[in-house]
Amino acid sequence: MSEKTSRPVADFTDAYPVFTEEMKATHTILVPDMLPWHFDLLTHVMRQEGYKVEVLHNEGRAVIDEGLKHVHNDTCFPALCVIGQYLDALKSGKYDVTKTAVLITQTGGGCRASNYLPIIRKALRAEFPAVPVISLNFSGLEKESGLRLNLGFIKKLAYCILYGDVIMTCFNQTRPYERTAGESAKARADCVQFIRSALDDGSFARLERNTGYLLERFGAVPIEKTPRIKVGIVGEIYVKYSPLGNSHLEDFLLAEGCEPVVPALIDFILYCVANNLNDAKFYGKRSLSTPVFAFAYRWLYGKQKAVIRMMQKTRFAPLHDFKTLRRHADEVINQGVKMGEGWLIPAEMAALAESGTENIVCTQPFGCLPNHIAGKGAMRVIKTRYPRANIVPVDYDPSATRVNQENRIKLMLATARENLG
Amino acid sequence: MAYFLGIDVGSTTVKLCVSDEAGTPLYTSYERHFSRVKDCVLSELEKIRSISASFRVAVTGSAGLGLAQRGGLPFVQEVQAAFTAVKKRYPDADVAVELGGEDAKIIFLTGGVEQRMNGSCAGGTGAFIDQMATLLDVSVEEMDKLALQAERIYPIASRCGVFAKSDIQPLLNQGAKKEDIAASIFRAVVDQTVSGLAQGRRIRGKVLFLGGPLHFLKGLQKAFKETLGLDDAHAIFPPEAPCFMAIGASMSAIGSHEEPLESLISRLKAIGDSAEITVGRPLFSSREEYSDFIERHKRSDLEFENIYKYEGDAYLGVDAGSTTTKLILITPDNKILYSHYQTNNGRPLDIVTARLKEVYSLTGSRIAIRGAAVTGYGEDMMKAALKFDFGIVETMAHFKAALHFNPEVDFIIDIGGQDIKCFKVKNRAIDSIMLNEACSSGCGSFIQTFAKAMGMEIEPFSRLGLFAKRPVELGSRCTVFMNSSVKQAQKEGASIEDISAGLSSSIVKNAIYKVIRARTPEELGEHIVVQGGTFLNDAVLRSFELETGKEVVRPAIAGLMGAFGAALYAKENTEQSTLISALLTESELDRFAYSSKAVTCKGCTSHCSVNILTFSDGRRFISGNKCERGAGLKLVEHPLDLYAYKYEQLLAMPAEKEGTRGTVGLPLQLVMYEQLPLWTTFFEELGFRVVLSDKSSRDLYFRGQHTVASDTACYPAKLLHGHIESLLDKGVDFIFYPCESYNLDEHDSVNHFNCPVVAYYPELLKANNERLGPDNFVMPYLDPNREETTVKALRRALARYKIPAGRIRKAYRAGLDRLEAYHVAIRERGKEILARAKEEGKHVVILAGRPYHVDPEINHGIHKLLCSLGFAVLSEDAVFEEGNLVKVNVLNQWTYHARLYRAAEYCTRHRECDLVQLVSFGCGIDAITTDEVRAILERRGKLYTQIKIDEINNLGVVKIRLRSLLAAIEEQSRKEAAQ
Repeated sequence: MSEKTSRPVADFTDAYPVFTEEMKATHTILVPDMLPWHFDLLTHVMRQEGYKVEVLHNEGRAVIDEGLKHVHNDTCFPALCVIGQYLDALKSGKYDVTKTAVLITQTGGGCRASNYLPIIRKALRAEFPAVPVISLNFSGLEKESGLRLNLGFIKKLAYCILYGDVIMTCFNQTRPYERTAGESAKARADCVQFIRSALDDGSFARLERNTGYLLERFGAVPIEKTPRIKVGIVGEIYVKYSPLGNSHLEDFLLAEGCEPVVPALIDFILYCVANNLNDAKFYGKRSLSTPVFAFAYRWLYGKQKAVIRMMQKTRFAPLHDFKTLRRHADEVINQGVKMGEGWLIPAEMAALAESGTENIVCTQPFGCLPNHIAGKGAMRVIKTRYPRANIVPVDYDPSATRVNQENRIKLMLATARENLG
Repeated sequence: MAYFLGIDVGSTTVKLCVSDEAGTPLYTSYERHFSRVKDCVLSELEKIRSISASFRVAVTGSAGLGLAQRGGLPFVQEVQAAFTAVKKRYPDADVAVELGGEDAKIIFLTGGVEQRMNGSCAGGTGAFIDQMATLLDVSVEEMDKLALQAERIYPIASRCGVFAKSDIQPLLNQGAKKEDIAASIFRAVVDQTVSGLAQGRRIRGKVLFLGGPLHFLKGLQKAFKETLGLDDAHAIFPPEAPCFMAIGASMSAIGSHEEPLESLISRLKAIGDSAEITVGRPLFSSREEYSDFIERHKRSDLEFENIYKYEGDAYLGVDAGSTTTKLILITPDNKILYSHYQTNNGRPLDIVTARLKEVYSLTGSRIAIRGAAVTGYGEDMMKAALKFDFGIVETMAHFKAALHFNPEVDFIIDIGGQDIKCFKVKNRAIDSIMLNEACSSGCGSFIQTFAKAMGMEIEPFSRLGLFAKRPVELGSRCTVFMNSSVKQAQKEGASIEDISAGLSSSIVKNAIYKVIRARTPEELGEHIVVQGGTFLNDAVLRSFELETGKEVVRPAIAGLMGAFGAALYAKENTEQSTLISALLTESELDRFAYSSKAVTCKGCTSHCSVNILTFSDGRRFISGNKCERGAGLKLVEHPLDLYAYKYEQLLAMPAEKEGTRGTVGLPLQLVMYEQLPLWTTFFEELGFRVVLSDKSSRDLYFRGQHTVASDTACYPAKLLHGHIESLLDKGVDFIFYPCESYNLDEHDSVNHFNCPVVAYYPELLKANNERLGPDNFVMPYLDPNREETTVKALRRALARYKIPAGRIRKAYRAGLDRLEAYHVAIRERGKEILARAKEEGKHVVILAGRPYHVDPEINHGIHKLLCSLGFAVLSEDAVFEEGNLVKVNVLNQWTYHARLYRAAEYCTRHRECDLVQLVSFGCGIDAITTDEVRAILERRGKLYTQIKIDEINNLGVVKIRLRSLLAAIEEQSRKEAAQ
């Protein structure tokens, strides 16, 4: 708050437990499920840093019901899933609730997602008032209850995201074509183990060697290149990736005989960084952190580019090039649309359509505000530019049934099959 | 010869088609399955034995998916099936519209093939029509006949059944003609198809209409033809429409293997239950448990007095509710002489008149009615028609009745036909009131509608649930969602018993977690009284007890509590007097008659649909009006109304003078409701003529409806489409509407964002309105706090006018000054109103919302209503500067919301003020702010009232809420005075 207004401050906040330095040793930190393999690596890093971490995999009606009980009806579905997972887990008896904390990310953007943290706090207050909520953010929010980050830590996280992306991408490109069932899953397990060891022995930064291993390992899985329908998944970050959020969309597509094409998490990270730089460029909003973001952007993009170059030499279709995504963004919307997943959604749709993945599921939580504009709102432009694009928007919601969602996706697939025809 | 069999299993019907190799249908059938999907398919299959002994088969339809999967049959997606059939049978069609039981689909065949289905939140389907017919108490066929005789169309919200209901109910209560309502319902279905499905693409050319409802309902056909402007040559209603998907499926069966009918039947018979549905605990584990439960609740019964013998005084209470009419006559010692509960069939006045006559004939001169009170939706009308002594807000009536049964009551929940009311009670006074938002309402009557869909009456249907072994877990949101949960359960083979129990439990969960929003059952209270007709249903009552883990009081007259409370009120207020009630006497009643007429009020631009009842003694009663003008009275000027002031100020903003450079159009919606002074001045300074879009109205909304891309966005955003159309039609040189991630920094919050919808809506407009292009739509990205980059962005945006940066800067500064002056004027006016209110002894309501809530089409005249109830009305931006800075639990990062918090803080320090928060339906950000505003107010002992608004044009519920607020404020000051 600025000093320009000199009025007294009325404090309506409720006290909440803070995650202290000491708790690092005593508390188990629960992390919601989003990207299973990425999170496996990321939590490994946290453990190395001395945190006790556990990724939650509980799901089912009980999780959703807990969420419904504790979250306002009109709050986004992801908040509901995450809170449901926490409460369900805390009630399971598996954890000592006096020694448990929960973790959530905050982007600090203009959409509601930055408010998940206070919403979680409020939900916990009713039944688990001693459980602290830890914020993972790069915007200077929640200073006293944030995850303390240092450069080395951040660097490790960044590498893990990249490796996670390569593993996810290669797996999705191998699994539908494997000759022997289960081979791709084996390769994935090996890859995750390999990166874990690289983290343990400090060789995680050897990007070329490590990526090389991942590509080789997946490359070694015998495949049969039968033509399959490729289906891109874009949308709000949580329901796009989280099996709990999107009713196991990837599995469903695999079962339908499709190849799911899931854009990389690194693009979302770059998107957040780029938005800070765009603010500086568009509105002159420069601050001390602007050069830091500029550096981070160059560094991350350099790594992405290196991975792409390596992938281009293999049978795998590479990750999207972030600069290409930005170019697409300017063609179909404007990089000023920066709340939520903003311009990234139509940019990814355009990039998918251009790289031959014309069938797209645009996932969104019911009533997602940025998605009105960047999701449903932008589809017409994409369809005009790419007449063969076959996009289906799917709403995810605690009460939207799977039948309803799958029926819609099946409709999209029917058109896809016709196009493949 | 090979035969191809298509089986279409929809949400309500089973359709079969047998066709030959050429794809010509040889046999079709159409049958309702009443949720007995498997049985129905099997019996339909029996009928085709004579055609052939073996078929190639394909299954389609929403409920067909599970059947196909478990029976190992080939499945074809239903829109795809329709597509196949359309291409073959009507190759020259441009668009196909198909309405099914719960789905609506559209296929664009020419100009880029596109297939669409309705979103997960959507009415406008067969189930919606069924629900509406139930509401009108006619069969769907009768409703169709009625619709053809309509004379006028009322605006009815089309998005979902619940919304439409809130529009229709008051129309019925006001005595609008069923013919007109029926036609309006069909019109709503069409609107839904246009806005929800076409989403920016026009339905034109040769249009094919498919599916059951569109085939059987002539009224619906007419509505589609009229709205889409289609003649007979372009609107095709094929005779095979109901079975079209089945025909498509049969064509898709070409690729299947031929299979004997016998083996098909035995395969389907073998399908068992699937484990995929979630099952809750049974309501009762044994008959004994059930009889204990019944015994316990018998204790809360009232005694009866024999009306044939009783002599003495009596008090009458009537609850003219939205769907039912309740009437009770009690003795001075609270014994029941007479009671009545009836669905009002849209004619509540007739019912009360008839019942009153009966009472008179039963009692003769033995009984003297000392006092009579009426409550509920129909209160005003009844009071006027039959001369009741008192009217009482229904919330107060319910409270009075509950107190009678448990003086310690601290929580009351009433679930009626279409609304849920909850009150918390502290110190024997209502502490807070929660009414259901339009979204989760309609639950009580939902069971009824569903029972009817199953071909049963509600009573036996809900009794089925009592001993269900595996009640299904259905959703706990709005009824449309529940419909699809039921569909899922059916698909999984759940029995009617299980579904019935599941529905009861859903209603309860909806009430507890969605309306009351309790986190734990303890929050509700210790002494709970449940009431309302829905609780007479033992399955619902039991579900409630199981969910809360408490034994509650349900009076046997649960359905009559409003009427009972009214009777008690009449008694309290007349006990001291010796007068007799002013209620129409027996002889007056015999002469009583009335006629009703619907007219459009031409008093102002609102064009309210007004209903005039004329009574036999010449008196008139007018309803549906939003202000006194419509009621035939002289309009009272409301100088104590800041909303009216703001709106007038904004409309008068542009100077009506010619521009030297050209004309710029400013759409008066969303951000322009705040920044109009800024941009008007900016452009006028630069020599442009500024033209505003037309005033918001429902018609304006319809004008832009075809470009709405996301039908779940808020109404203000959707209205903007109409504003753009109006400016395009006015022929302005260009339309200006900036994209602003950041709003003005008022230095009282962590950040100062706009909401995503406000910030980027121009992108959506540009993408979905083909009339907009870079030349006529200027939408620069700017941060109004930063002059340097803003000037640059504006210069670039207006490059073709070659305006020097210096002039732009000067104009921009002038604009900001004007904006500041506007803000100052609002605050000044606010102070005046406060002072005047003090003088006149009026209570002040801070009607807190967003700047665009001053739009009369968005606020539906709530500020006028407040004034007519005797309040003075301020807006949040008139007072927030006087409020302290506020620290809240959530991230305080939106400019408009920071104002809300401070306005609330201001309110807590001013006795004469109360705050009413306006929330637009679909406003995701208010899901966060409402809890905080409530916390600020309640922490300092203030009442919190929230009003959710959408396109719904009816103030019935709002009025109850505001009157309850008024009653609570009066109660509070009475208590304070007593101390």
